[in-house]
Amino acid sequence: MTTTLQQPDTATDHPLAIGGRTFRSRLMVGTGKYRSNTDMARAIEASGAEIVTVAVRRVDLDRTKSEGILYHLNPSHYFLLANTAGCYSAADAVRYARLAREAGFNDFIKLEVIGDRETLLPDTQGLLTATRELVQDGFVVLAYTNDDLITALRLEEAGAAAVMPLASPIGSGLGLLNPYGVRSIKSRLSVPVIVDAGVGTASDACLTMEQGVDGILMNTALAEARDPVAMAGAMRFAVEAGRLAYLAGRMPKREIAVPSSPERGMVE
Amino acid sequence: MRELEIIVNGEPRRIPAPATAADLLTSLGLDPRTVVVELNRVIVRRPALSRTALSQGDAVELVHFVGGG
Repeated sequence: MTTTLQQPDTATDHPLAIGGRTFRSRLMVGTGKYRSNTDMARAIEASGAEIVTVAVRRVDLDRTKSEGILYHLNPSHYFLLANTAGCYSAADAVRYARLAREAGFNDFIKLEVIGDRETLLPDTQGLLTATRELVQDGFVVLAYTNDDLITALRLEEAGAAAVMPLASPIGSGLGLLNPYGVRSIKSRLSVPVIVDAGVGTASDACLTMEQGVDGILMNTALAEARDPVAMAGAMRFAVEAGRLAYLAGRMPKREIAVPSSPERGMVE
Repeated sequence: MRELEIIVNGEPRRIPAPATAADLLTSLGLDPRTVVVELNRVIVRRPALSRTALSQGDAVELVHFVGGG
């Protein structure tokens, strides 16, 4: 795909830096739920994402050939970010994080401690406990959390390298439900704020980036799109457009019309 | 004892004794570079696989990366 869209001006923008590493793309993508591994690989490439998330699970010993995700995704092309999805306690999340680190790619972990099976909303107490323990153990923790400012502040205090508030529940595609909450988190934290979960389509991504956050992580919006590769391209542009618009600074909203053409010089 | 009975990923399995963690991976056709081994809740680092002996009743978890968000 050719593009005439310019990258955000490097004079006014800065690369995304997390845990001492810098990344050129502000879009991060997951690898779950694709209809095929070919779809996944092509969509990820089209997204331009550099950070790609994976999960830790048991090897399926009953299958004749149990292929891990790395069979379809070259780890030298992407920065693999393991998650602790499916963990319902701090202890489980810490265990999964250590297993993920042992796989040998990096010390980064996308920390999830889930509190409820229906909404998959985070257990913020477990999240704080696990963050402290993993930071102590040398991990770079990116903490998936809700849109609550106080939790975000506590996560930063606990040593999280990035805080990842949700736009809306995981896999819901409901878009950014609380722009104010996400904006308030961004305005108060020093570490990067990456919105994780809930973005459904390009306008959601653009609106999210216009709040000034540092990036977006998404999975289902691509995997469940009718055409994941095309949606990945749309998301790439949407994230860049939203970032540019944020940096550009939008015009004020007014309750009255203001003409764009001169009011003087009309013919009589 | 000529066989060990161990639990691998939650399922009972038998393996000829004596056996190391590396032997278990070989018997399952798994590449140690793509699998992480946890023995009785303690991670066995890759260089230690071939010198980590398995014992009767051990619980082994074999994990790898799969698709996720």
